[in-house]
Amino acid sequence: MDLSDLTTRLQEKFPDTVLEVSEENDEVTLQLKGSSILEILSFLKADGFNFLADLTAVDNLTLGGNERFTVVYHLLSHERVERIVVKAYVSEEKPLLPSVESLWKTADWQEREVYDLFGIEFESHPNLIRIMNPDEFNGYPLRKDFPRQGRGERKDFPIVERMTRGDRE
Amino acid sequence: MGLIKDTKSNILTTTVEAAVNWGRKNSLWPMPFGTACCGIELMAVLASRSDIARFGAEAIRFSPRQSDLLLVAGRITIKMMPVLQRIYEQMPEPKWVISMGACASSGGVFDTYSVIQGVDQFIPVDVYVPGCPPRPEGLIDGLIKIQKLVEKDTFSNYSKRK
Amino acid sequence: MNPQVNVQPLETEKMILNFGPSHPATHGTLRVIMELDGETVVKATPEIGYLHSGFEKLGEDLDYNQYVTITDRMNYLSPICNNVAYALSAEKLMDIEVPKRARYIRLLMCELSRIADHFLSVGMQAVDLGAFTVFLYGFRLREDIYDLFEIATGTRLTTSYTRVGGLMRDLPDGFETAVLDVLEEAGKVADEIETLLNHNRIFQKRTKGVGVISKEDANSYGISGPAARAAGIDWDLRIKEPYSDYEEFDFDVVIGVNGDVFDRYLVRMEEIRQSVKICRQVLDKMPEGEINIDADSKFILPPKDDVYDSIEGLIYHFEQIMPNRGMTPPKGEAYVATESPNGELGYYIVSDGSRTPYRVRTRPPSLMNYSIFSKIMTGRMISDAVAILGSLNIIAGELDR
Repeated sequence: MDLSDLTTRLQEKFPDTVLEVSEENDEVTLQLKGSSILEILSFLKADGFNFLADLTAVDNLTLGGNERFTVVYHLLSHERVERIVVKAYVSEEKPLLPSVESLWKTADWQEREVYDLFGIEFESHPNLIRIMNPDEFNGYPLRKDFPRQGRGERKDFPIVERMTRGDRE
Repeated sequence: MGLIKDTKSNILTTTVEAAVNWGRKNSLWPMPFGTACCGIELMAVLASRSDIARFGAEAIRFSPRQSDLLLVAGRITIKMMPVLQRIYEQMPEPKWVISMGACASSGGVFDTYSVIQGVDQFIPVDVYVPGCPPRPEGLIDGLIKIQKLVEKDTFSNYSKRK
Repeated sequence: MNPQVNVQPLETEKMILNFGPSHPATHGTLRVIMELDGETVVKATPEIGYLHSGFEKLGEDLDYNQYVTITDRMNYLSPICNNVAYALSAEKLMDIEVPKRARYIRLLMCELSRIADHFLSVGMQAVDLGAFTVFLYGFRLREDIYDLFEIATGTRLTTSYTRVGGLMRDLPDGFETAVLDVLEEAGKVADEIETLLNHNRIFQKRTKGVGVISKEDANSYGISGPAARAAGIDWDLRIKEPYSDYEEFDFDVVIGVNGDVFDRYLVRMEEIRQSVKICRQVLDKMPEGEINIDADSKFILPPKDDVYDSIEGLIYHFEQIMPNRGMTPPKGEAYVATESPNGELGYYIVSDGSRTPYRVRTRPPSLMNYSIFSKIMTGRMISDAVAILGSLNIIAGELDR
């Protein structure tokens, strides 16, 4: 895959925000500062990456990285059959990113998922509420400091007793 | 005496209890609460090859108010548990519960923050069917076990209704 | 002279209807809150997460081969497709290429499960619309495919067939003839189902022009798989980004015109025939040889016979499964997308160099396909909800994970 032309143009256009461009195993990865994600993705969309294949996040707590969280966008161009990975770094103190829902509607639910599981907020998202966990759920389960077995959520229910056949053996 | 003369040998003596239980056990109406993989095996039990109709339980009712056997098939999560309890409470007495598969019985491989580690912690369960997912034969075996429980049921149990 | 009749729509008070999560047409765990004006849906808000089981959290605690068993339980209509997608992704991370025979067997199993998946999803859609017979016909064939899986993998549903670097075991003797019998039957069953449904007035009335997805919407909402192809998008990862040797086989991509429920049904039926075609070619060309990569590479578990019968095998096995030993991929990440029966199924694995993945993310086609539901439901009747849900084939295990 030859995306070098695109990446040079990107670096020219956004010199301050693109931190690193790497190419490995035919995969181009862009690393950038989170705040400019909307402009970069708009640029890429106009360039032919018409399909947001996946939007997810990684908690870099023990992995190490520029910031605590990485939000990963997998873009796909149907026409040229190319993929590009865009990584936006978000800090722990201010986990806030611009929403890309205006570019792709699919980002609506995926950003809600990232919000639910990682606690990263998306600016100007139409409906940023929990999607997978119950509304009253406390904490963000996919963060590395959340225990796998939870904090007692799964034990917190009333017990429904058997009503009639109580003494059956 | 006239009665016996008229009906000749067509007479059977039994208790009302036994007659009712016999009817009940051969016409269980299941309420399938299939959430995950077990739900697919549950479908297999309903479909052509295993054909649960042979055991009189083919009248699947998705309304809890019309059914007397709750089939919990699949993992139950913290978001789903209140729904399951509500459905259990909506079912009329007498009612029985099968916990189908490892996830419903114990959480199975999903020892995570959101999966209930066994529905029997929060609702009564009569029969557990092991397997991940159980084969259709396994579920049929569970159904026969429920039928045996129904057979043994006594009316005096009902008087304990709160 | 005709009197002028002034027809005005009757305004009624809006009603909120809760649909699911325990409802026959929601297949278990979907919930939609519908705002109704009479019988017209003004607004439909899907609520998901009723089967959210923490798959991705669990992946961080299991090693690369253990997680294969978890992938089974994601899309339980076609578990082998999930196994293969995950294995491909892990292999890309570790830079492994599996032997040709393993690739062919994986492909064969994927296509068989695609057939089984499509039969069940068409069957369930038909049940929801009142055609129970189709479900029984489809499930009869699905049972035959279950038998094949059972012969090859040992279980009907939760197959766990792949390993990183190969397969759990080779195909048994006589498997080919068994597959050929099932393929023969599959063609017949597909014909039977099409005879029952294609010209069925009720089925047509309830599916044609219902739930139309336009090309633009499909791309914007991230729709893939049969739903996207029914909308006329020529995109099939098996052809565009071939994996596991798909490029060596001759088959057609099925594309619809209208993007409605009926087209999605037709696309699925035709894909069954194409899959049958692929399976026959795979069987013809099936190479002999190993199914696992070289044992010296330290990326594969030894065969179970060795483990039980020889001390070397046992030691080697322990070496592989002990903490801080054995299979440790390099630090890095990999994303591989595959064409599952529902659409683009991808696994994104991040490794920190330890024996468990740092992060395993599944790109679930159902989540994206379901997100358009609210849009295509607006302005339709309540009864269309059932038809549309059936045609999108939402699998809760994969949707919520």
